[in-house]
Amino acid sequence: MTSAAPERVETTPPPAADPTIAMPGLAASAAPRRRAAGDGPLARFAKLVLPPVALFIVLVLLAELVVVAAGIPPFVLASPSAILDQLVQYAPQVLAATLATGLNALIGLVIGAVIGVLLAIAASVGRPVDGMLAPVVAAVAVVPIVALAPVFYTMFGSTSEVARILIASIAAFVPVFLNTLRGLRQVRPVHRDLMKSYAATPSQLTRLVTIPSALPHFFTGLRIASSLAVISALVAEYFGGPRQGLGSAITTAAASSAYARAWAFVIGAILLGLVFFVLTSLIERIASRHR
Amino acid sequence: MSSPTPSMPAPEPTPAAESTSVATAATATAGTATATADATEAVVARGVERVFAGAKGAEVTALTGIELAVHDGEFVSLIGPSGCGKSTLLRLIADLDEPTAGEIRVFGKTAKQARIDQSYGIAFQQAGLLPWRSVAANIELPLQLHGADAATRRSRVAELLELVGLADFAKHYPDQLSGGMQQRVAIARSLAEQPRLLLMDEPFGALDEMTRERMQTELLRIRAETGAAVVFVTHSIPEAVYLSDRVVVMSPRPGRITDEIDVRLGDAADRGEDLREDAAFFAGVTAVREALHGPETAPAAGAARGVDVR
Repeated sequence: MTSAAPERVETTPPPAADPTIAMPGLAASAAPRRRAAGDGPLARFAKLVLPPVALFIVLVLLAELVVVAAGIPPFVLASPSAILDQLVQYAPQVLAATLATGLNALIGLVIGAVIGVLLAIAASVGRPVDGMLAPVVAAVAVVPIVALAPVFYTMFGSTSEVARILIASIAAFVPVFLNTLRGLRQVRPVHRDLMKSYAATPSQLTRLVTIPSALPHFFTGLRIASSLAVISALVAEYFGGPRQGLGSAITTAAASSAYARAWAFVIGAILLGLVFFVLTSLIERIASRHR
Repeated sequence: MSSPTPSMPAPEPTPAAESTSVATAATATAGTATATADATEAVVARGVERVFAGAKGAEVTALTGIELAVHDGEFVSLIGPSGCGKSTLLRLIADLDEPTAGEIRVFGKTAKQARIDQSYGIAFQQAGLLPWRSVAANIELPLQLHGADAATRRSRVAELLELVGLADFAKHYPDQLSGGMQQRVAIARSLAEQPRLLLMDEPFGALDEMTRERMQTELLRIRAETGAAVVFVTHSIPEAVYLSDRVVVMSPRPGRITDEIDVRLGDAADRGEDLREDAAFFAGVTAVREALHGPETAPAAGAARGVDVR
């Protein structure tokens, strides 16, 4: 868990003084506000993010203490201060690598989500379509998609990002498809009866009831998919292809015994995953406000 | 969107209402009824049967031999134990389900045509509000579906919110309301298009007793203001007696009508809370109890105070 710890260090330069004083106060002010009726997205964000950040900072301090006190060599465990040093020194490279991997993950997520939603709609409309898709999706869900990376690199060429985007989109597709399909089938019987009693047309039923019922489920799928897309896009880089992403940078740094720098890129990966997760979680919360 | 049926003065209770032997009386009514006479009735059911296909080819007869007429402006309760088919009958009238035999006419039209013409409003046991729409947007749903313009919608929603006493809650969402308030929104929604017939399937079934009694009084007021006919499914004897002009008693296996009791306790508008302690109310409760259980098991009228056999 020490790998995740220095993530906060970047934003708050003196980690020793800041957290112990600021954290309890912030946590205390966030807690009662949550109980109030109209909870703003900002308060919700704070409540979501602050406790784990506090834990990270404690772990960072602990890691630093252990590494320094026990004199652990850097190839076993790099000290947080060494990692911070590398992170500052290589900030532009970490940022560029994070953006490169992030772009692949984002494109993959969008493609996977669009295909997932379209196929879920098709499967919810026709039982035969569902019958055809179900085994295929099950197969896709259990195959370790990243394992296909070497095959895709051969197919699309080692200078192309297509293989990584493809891997991210397949990984993102599964949870979006499954959750959206479930959502589309969650129309409550009383709502169906109600719309029938109004002699509503099928398109009115879809627009006013089916899609709003399914939306929170779709966003849950998207949240799960966002993490998978980042992980897949990054891990796919371990198997070859262009060298500008985070995965490539981590392997390169580790191979040249620059362990603290490898950790610095890992921090970039953690931040990237966090951004995806927090954004999709927020969207999900907003979408399922009134349930 | 109200029905084209000419509005009629409140009709006299049918002979069937005084009778305890309903099957014969109802048949007699049906026999004399012509197609034109049907048009003056809110609901007419003739020889209605509903058989559900069960597991392994078994059949479950939910309803059989249903003969029922609900007059325009009349409040009729369907009461009976679970499984007597009262909700099924309501769903058949609403054309949410189709009978396997027999015929249902609503204001002289087939049930399907009546549904397409929006001749009735409906409220279920669950309020069934759309949780992602505000209270106002929920009430205007039927108006929006049938293409009413924005100004009409707004003024009608304001009227209805006033009617059910939720004027301050237009912008709230269903999850911010209590069960009773949600049910009032559902009732407002069912009234949105000024239907001449209101179908209600245990709308107060999930409410606590205090809320339930208040809602019953409110329903009577609303009904007096709108003059609509009501078919009201319940399994509460006091509720049926308090609200109804006529209580239709049903029994299960197979679901059928076993009795009809005329309990008209005065004009809907005049019925207040004191009615619940009135001798006529207890007499009605006793009569319905005896019809449900048979006279030998029913206690005397005086002992019926506060009894709620559900």
